[in-house]
Order: sequence, then C-alpha cells, then structure tokens
Amino acid sequence: MAAEMTVNIRKSFPGRLTVDVRLTLVLGPSTVLILFGPSGSGKTTILRCLAGLEWPEEGLIRFVSQTWLDTAQNVRVSPQDRGIGYMPQDYALFPIYTVAGNIAYGLGDLPACERERRISEMLELLQLRGLEHVRPDQLSGGQQQRVALARAIARRPQLLLLDEPLSALDTPTRSRLCGELRSLLKQLALPSIVVTHDWAEALTLGDLMAVIGRGRVLQVGTPHEVFSRPQDAEVARIVGVETVARGRLIDSSQGLATVEVDGVKLTALCTEDTGPDVFVCIRAEDVILEPVGAGVTSARNHLPGVVCEITSRGASAQVRLDCGFPLTATVTRPALEQLGLAPGVPIVAAVKAGAVHLIPRRDSQPI
Amino acid sequence: MNWTAIWLTLKLASLTSFVLLLIGLPIAYWVSFSRWRWKFLVESVVALPLVLPPTVIGFYILIAIGPHSPIGRLYADLVGHPLPFTFEGLLFASVLYSLPFAVQPFASAFDQVDRRLIEASWTLGVSKVRTLFKLIVPLSTAGVITGTVLSFAHTLGEFGVVLMVGGNIEGETRTVSVDIYDEVQALNYAGAAKTALFLLAVSYGVLMVVYAVNRSAWAVWPQR
Repeated sequence: MAAEMTVNIRKSFPGRLTVDVRLTLVLGPSTVLILFGPSGSGKTTILRCLAGLEWPEEGLIRFVSQTWLDTAQNVRVSPQDRGIGYMPQDYALFPIYTVAGNIAYGLGDLPACERERRISEMLELLQLRGLEHVRPDQLSGGQQQRVALARAIARRPQLLLLDEPLSALDTPTRSRLCGELRSLLKQLALPSIVVTHDWAEALTLGDLMAVIGRGRVLQVGTPHEVFSRPQDAEVARIVGVETVARGRLIDSSQGLATVEVDGVKLTALCTEDTGPDVFVCIRAEDVILEPVGAGVTSARNHLPGVVCEITSRGASAQVRLDCGFPLTATVTRPALEQLGLAPGVPIVAAVKAGAVHLIPRRDSQPI
Repeated sequence: MNWTAIWLTLKLASLTSFVLLLIGLPIAYWVSFSRWRWKFLVESVVALPLVLPPTVIGFYILIAIGPHSPIGRLYADLVGHPLPFTFEGLLFASVLYSLPFAVQPFASAFDQVDRRLIEASWTLGVSKVRTLFKLIVPLSTAGVITGTVLSFAHTLGEFGVVLMVGGNIEGETRTVSVDIYDEVQALNYAGAAKTALFLLAVSYGVLMVVYAVNRSAWAVWPQR
C-alpha cells in the first residue's frame, strides 16, 4: 500500500531560520525517506511538525487520507492521534520503567494478553530477550536504541519518524548498527522518515532522500541520484561528497579492498565488512590531478581520464572528469592554469586508498 | 494537653494536604507547562499567601465566604448554615493559605522533568492527563512528597487565618496554636508548654521527612 504524504508548512524562528517546506511524496510500504541536511537546517523541525510536537504558523500536513494539520481549516491533530512511531535523537527512554515497561508504555489500551504478546514480539524482533527487567540507564547505547525503536513500533504505527537514530552511538557501533537498522526498517513494512546529517547513513538507509538547507527542500531523489547529480552548488556543498558510483568488491586482503567501478579498478581501505555490492564515494577535495606520466606517488589509485567540464567557484574550481566513470575534483585556480586544464585535456586523477569510502549497497526498488 | 485541639489540628492538616494534592497537581502542571504570556499573573496570586499577613488573607476569605458573598450564599443555601466559623470554612481557608507550599514544590519538580520524555509519551498515544500521572508525577516524587508534607506542616502552625475565619470554637475550629494562645492568656503556662512541645516535635518530624527525601536538592522554603 503506497502512502501519499503532503507537507506544506511554514514556521519561523525569528532571527534564525524560517522553515518553509513544500513536499508531496508517495511512500511505498517500506520506503525509507531521508531528510538530509546540516545542523540548523530545519530538518528536525520538519520531523517534529510531522509528529505533532511543533506547530507551524501555517500549513497543511496530510498523510494518506488523514489531515493532520490544516491551519486554514483550523485542523490540528494531536501527536496522540496521528498513529506515528517517533524516536527522538537521544531516545528519551523512561528512566522509571524497565525495558518491558518502556515497550508496554503506549499499549495501555490493549487487553492484557494482547499487550503481553506484543511485548514479547518486540523483545524477539529487536533481540532484547533477557533485558526485560533492566532499567534504561544500565543498557548500552545500541541496546537503548533498540528499546526506543521497540517502544515506537510496538503500537503498530502507520509511519515511523526517526531523528538522528545513530548519532548517540560511538563511531564503530554506528556503522555496524546502521546496516542492522536498514534490514529492520525493511522488515517492518511501514514507511519511515529518518533525519540525518551523515551521508554514509543516508546512502545506507535511504530509498528516497530530501536535501534540506536553510529550512527548504532543495532536492528530492534517490540518494544515489542526489549524491551523484546534485542539482546545484548548494546541494553539492550540503551533501559534501561529489562522487558516488555503484561498485563491486572483487578482492579484499590485508585491510585493502579492490573494487571495480564501470571496469575501472580502485583500491580502498577496507574498514568493515560491506558485502559485495557497494557505493564508492569520493569527495572532490580528496582527488588530486596530475599531468599524464607524472610517475609513482603514495596514492594507490592513478586513474587516467579526460576533463569533461570545469565549473568555477571563486578561488577554486570543480573539474568533472571521465575516468571510465564520472569523477569530480576540486582544484584551485592557479592549479587549473598551471596544469592547462580545459575540456578534452587528458589527465590523471590520484586518489589515496583512504579517500575511497565504501558504503554497503543493497539495491532496493526505488518506491 | 488539649487532645480535642490536637486531634482537630491533625484532621485539618491531613485534609488540607489531601485537598492540595488533588488541586495542587493540576495547578502546578499548568504553572510548569503553560506558555501563556500572562502566566506570571497567576503565579503571583498563588504565591501571595507567602507574603501577606495571615490576618489579611483571613479577612478576605472571611468576606469571600461570608453570607453576603455569592459563594457564601450558595453554600448556605446548599448546606443550611453559613461557612465562616465552621470546620469546612477553616479547611477552605487552610487550602488557600497553604496553596504555595504545595504548588511551588510540585511545579519546580515538574520543571525538572525532561520535556523530551513527555513528548515521547504523547507520541505513544498517551493523553496529557495520563502522562501527568504515569510519567510526570512518578518522576517528581520528591517534589510531590515535599509539597504535601510542607502544606501539612504549614497548616499545623497556622494561627491568624484560623482566628479570622474559624474563630475559637472547641471541637470545631479551636486548633493547637489557638489553644496555646488561650492557655497563655489564662496564665496556664504548664498547659501551654506541653502543647507547644507537642507541636514542636511534630513539626520537626515533618521537616525531617522533607529534608530526608530531598537530601541536598531543595531548600525548605519554597523559593524558586
């Protein structure tokens, strides 16, 4: 069942930001929509407006056939009546209740046996068996996240809202749990909206992505689309990673991975188990351009290619290359002149193995 | 010792704290959570008994519940006798007089509750009223105990309001503090000393409870 969602809202924070969002989307039964943007861009405000915790000055929010907010008609549906599951950034677990108590908290209107069944189902699904009687302050970050998720989905919401679901965790745990979260969200078969500022999370979790900047939606598309074809300089700056290509892991040994992208072999540092299908991400400022035949350097990747297009951005310029796959580099203006760069000029792009980021890719049907 | 007065005083103080628990929690909820810009007007009214002389409060309550006021007339019509100089009138006055001693500790405890927990509760489909009793009050136990105990202790020691509103009717409105005053007027120092010592002991015990539940968290004078 596809769920149509319309969000047209305006809310101003005088002197800081005006959130002005026009967004109409169709979410599939397990679509994950990412709201992506830097901190202070208003993405959390949008999520809180959807949850009913923040009231826009004017606007309309519709989900499937329900109107949650219509300031013109004076319709304001409370968070209690929206049928959502909401997970705040720091999880907000109730310290006075146990794990089971937290999960049961929102199930008060169910008969006791059904409530027990639901709790047990959640403990199973989120691997919390054995922790039923533990209080939240004795749980690890990852366990807290799972309890918060269990509490949010125990009521069988029609839409799941997650605010920075992984940011409260330390880095190693985060990348491990990101994949787990992805499979869980897919398993749940309910649409979710996830706020994040981390591009690796966006790529891993998202089916759809809306880039938010200065309170506005700047671009909507699949994460791969948005990362590889940002529609303007602002989106490119926000997403922060200019090259995202589909790749395949062909070898991995001694901490180095070899990936193939459109027939070109790249060496990357292999930090975690990614599976065979990956996104290969390279930031433009990590790409060094050298003339053809410059010899050996410490960089592991020397990719011969040609310059396609040069976009000037003040003191620096973005150079789009064709190295067998599209690659973007940022260079300074003097470098541009010294290397005599112009469309059609052959060049070698050097990328250190550590600058090639591999993100697990689980190709899902977009919508 | 005048056991009738002691019994009456304990009954009055218990009922007062009980009533304040019932009406103080919603008032404190409103004080703590309302974003109404004129909220300070209501907060100041609630805090008035802290600064006004008890005689002034007593005077206004006496006028308010007297047979010439709408409330007083309504009560007299319903019950058959006027409110002043009865136990019920005294209870009404005590509740108003001790209101800040309950509401302020309740409200400052509610202020400490993390708003994100409350929002999480709402998104889980739990109404605002049920959130108050399922989450906010359990997270504020120390403040709720403090407010209840303080209003009990404050009612034990009230004098001016009792004289103004209750008078001095044996078994109906003569509380311990009034009884002590009477004993002293009658130059019965021995009787006054015994009752005074009793009041001192009870008050000290009650304040020990307050400090024990709060440790260093909160001072006994309800300032915020």
